[in-house]
Amino acid sequence: MTAVLTPISSRRRATDRAARGVTLALTLLALVPLFLILYFLLKEGLGAFSMSFFTTDPTGRFLGNAGGIRSAIVGTVIIVGLATVIAVPLGIGVALYLVEYGKQSRFANAVRYFIDVMTGVPSVMFGLFIYIVLVVAQIDGTFAAWKGAIALSLLMLPVVARSSEVVLNLIPNALRESALALGAPRWRMIFRVVLPTALPGLVTGSMLAIARAAGETAPLLFTVAFVNGLSANVGQRMNSLPIQIFNDVSQAQDRLVQRAWGAALTLVLMILFVSLIARLVQRRSRLQP
Amino acid sequence: MTNPDAPERVMPDESPPATSRTSAPAPATAAALATPAVQGAKTGRSMSLEGLRAFYGDSQAIMGVDLHYAANEVTAMIGPSGCGKSTVLRCLNRMHEEIPGARAEGKVTLDDLDIYGPGVDVTSVRRAIGMVFQKPNPFPTMSIFDNVAAGLKLAGIKSSDTKEVVERSLRGAGLWDEVKDRLSQPGMGLSGGQQQRLCIARTIAVAPEVILMDEPCSALDPIATLKVEELILELKRDFTIIIVTHNMQQAARVSDTTAFFYLGELIEHAPTEKLFSTPEHPRTEEYVTGKFS
Amino acid sequence: MSTPARGTLPRASGPRLADPILQGVLAAIAASVLLLIGFFFVKLILESEPAFEHTGVVDFVFSNNWVPSRGQYGALPLVFGTLLTSALALVIGVPVAVASALYITELAPRRVRGPLTLLVELLAAVPSVVYGLWGIFFLAPKLLGAEKWFSSTFHFIPFVGGSPAIPNYFVASLILAIMIIPIVSAISREVMSTVPRDHKEAALALGATRWEMIRIAVLPYSRAGISGAAMLGLGRAIGETIAVTIVIGNAAVIGDTVFSQGYTLAAVIANEFGEAASDPVHRASLIAAGLLLFILTLVVNLVARYSVTRAESAGARKVPVGMAG
Repeated sequence: MTAVLTPISSRRRATDRAARGVTLALTLLALVPLFLILYFLLKEGLGAFSMSFFTTDPTGRFLGNAGGIRSAIVGTVIIVGLATVIAVPLGIGVALYLVEYGKQSRFANAVRYFIDVMTGVPSVMFGLFIYIVLVVAQIDGTFAAWKGAIALSLLMLPVVARSSEVVLNLIPNALRESALALGAPRWRMIFRVVLPTALPGLVTGSMLAIARAAGETAPLLFTVAFVNGLSANVGQRMNSLPIQIFNDVSQAQDRLVQRAWGAALTLVLMILFVSLIARLVQRRSRLQP
Repeated sequence: MTNPDAPERVMPDESPPATSRTSAPAPATAAALATPAVQGAKTGRSMSLEGLRAFYGDSQAIMGVDLHYAANEVTAMIGPSGCGKSTVLRCLNRMHEEIPGARAEGKVTLDDLDIYGPGVDVTSVRRAIGMVFQKPNPFPTMSIFDNVAAGLKLAGIKSSDTKEVVERSLRGAGLWDEVKDRLSQPGMGLSGGQQQRLCIARTIAVAPEVILMDEPCSALDPIATLKVEELILELKRDFTIIIVTHNMQQAARVSDTTAFFYLGELIEHAPTEKLFSTPEHPRTEEYVTGKFS
Repeated sequence: MSTPARGTLPRASGPRLADPILQGVLAAIAASVLLLIGFFFVKLILESEPAFEHTGVVDFVFSNNWVPSRGQYGALPLVFGTLLTSALALVIGVPVAVASALYITELAPRRVRGPLTLLVELLAAVPSVVYGLWGIFFLAPKLLGAEKWFSSTFHFIPFVGGSPAIPNYFVASLILAIMIIPIVSAISREVMSTVPRDHKEAALALGATRWEMIRIAVLPYSRAGISGAAMLGLGRAIGETIAVTIVIGNAAVIGDTVFSQGYTLAAVIANEFGEAASDPVHRASLIAAGLLLFILTLVVNLVARYSVTRAESAGARKVPVGMAG
């Protein structure tokens, strides 16, 4: 006795092939801009790289030597660093409250809801907000690095809070209960058991928030403004990579555009470095979603 | 008790294989009407395993199994959890390979057709060898009618026939009277037992040769279980049925032969009555007498 | 005897106030989020008040004359630019993003899924100012030829024709489309991965091809989530500032065609706030534009969140892989 299978119709087979082909083609299409951008970043950016590119500040001259991007790199590190110092403890604090105390209470759910709202607020709005309440109102002068850091931290806060909440929720309840059963008070359980266990995940979430904030231009535009020289005074204007790039693009002079590509490559490399570390830390975490 | 070598009902089957349905007038049982193209009874086909080995990544789950499933009989596969009975079942219609990293080696035949052979299309295999899952899984976005018609639509059966086949299939699954007035309502609205019979209707609607059942009653209450078991006994007139169950009473109630698996190996395959009363292998005896599970 | 006698409970070693203090501090931090958002909203409304007084709420939104030098603040060209570019971005970006999500979750060979996901996510690592840089110096000039051809060949289509400008609505939309692909793709992938295994297996066991399985099991199940993902992408596109500012031309008029220069709400804020510093009405008008932008993104995001959350909670019952038996 021989079994013969009903063959699949050629139309169905063709549809299946076509669907695979189209989705693959569109996936590759999505990657075309990525490769083009990376190609130009490397081609134009590496051309701009030199020792003096990293060791001198922009000169601001219209002719002659335009200078490098040292002050922009330092400024970005300082502003983003300060923003991290503000946003990470607050973000983790919110997440701890939600997971350890608030749980499903109305207040906790309202906080969750507004954290979500914050995630969707365009970054330019945070810049505008800080511009209104701190710059226009002339709190401690006008433009200042610390104000930009606050604008960035508003952007980072929901990212840190959301990712931390996810990580804290992954900690098995049995672990908490075993600590409490040993007679530990709640705060000690949080600091001795919950936070250390969640640490790699919290670090990863914070790093991803840093990577996101480092590339932001709009919030800094209204709050830190721009200055050529090197400065470490957070009470003053400060240079930063995104603003440097934005200014150079607006001038549309070849040598400034060249510097913009170099600064862009530097910025992207910094962001990729931070994201890479985030991934490595995540891989070492024992809590996997 | 049926002898596995001598089918209860020998079908005159000299006609070309693809249309191996008798032209006898439709029997009264509703299940027999579940053939979409040709009105009349149909027969199931036998299946065989030769040296079947199955893997999940690097770990081997099935250690080389030879087994014959006779046509138009119910073969039960039993054994403790993790013994590989579900894996074997999923190898029979090549669902096993849908699990990431999973693969199978050896020969699995439908009559004499190697379903893992070169040039064999996996979708045709699954069309010919239907499957009912452990948990009822009607398509949640579809109505009762559309659930049953889903396979027909895929196969491109004309819509004028669809209504008829849906009714026959629902009758075949013993569900028609319960749902005939609400065919356009979502399938998820049914009770668990009704959902499982809906899934059976969906499976028989495409007129497979073999129906695989993976613990089909484990999520059902005793009354729904009884209905599905009665249904299985009716369905075997027209289909070959292979059922995995962890419930030995169920195996005893519905199957003609039973295969006992342990640690990825087939320990014993015998007529059900014999396997439960006078098993040859001491492991089998320990299992069927409840010494371990 | 060193151990405490039975029946006595030793006091907690730490100060007993520590627990309520920690809880209070954390609750205060959480509450500050609510206060902040409230303050934010109130401040925006108060500060934009002079603009609405000057122009009138309806005229501000619906009149087509944004000429700060003459004290005219009709934001319609900005609203138009924002809606046009983000809608076009959605039309271009969402099909690509959803197709990539489908390919990665259901069709691609398993070993390329990880690398493909990583590459699509890399698109999100590129800062918006870099998209602007690339857009204005590479994409816009390169597209000009194609735009000219399209414009003269299809001049009968509404909003097509005339001679394209280098920075224009279409370039901005294309950049926005690229920028929203990673988020739309990521959320679509997330939603698709919640489609229960049994539904997909049910389709396959009926003899469905991969594509048919996607059509009958994956897409119907994840439709709400995918539209939510698209809405989140829309929210991003509406609020995107710097990249758009660089490639849209910043002309406060309603362009005749999609290849005309234009402006968006976000771009006008970034571009004009410097000159507005000395003019309270101009500044208030920019803040009012911000308020409009904020409300727009808020509505879009709330709708998006709602559909994604609903879709994901519907798929939350995960089914274990059938290894037992």
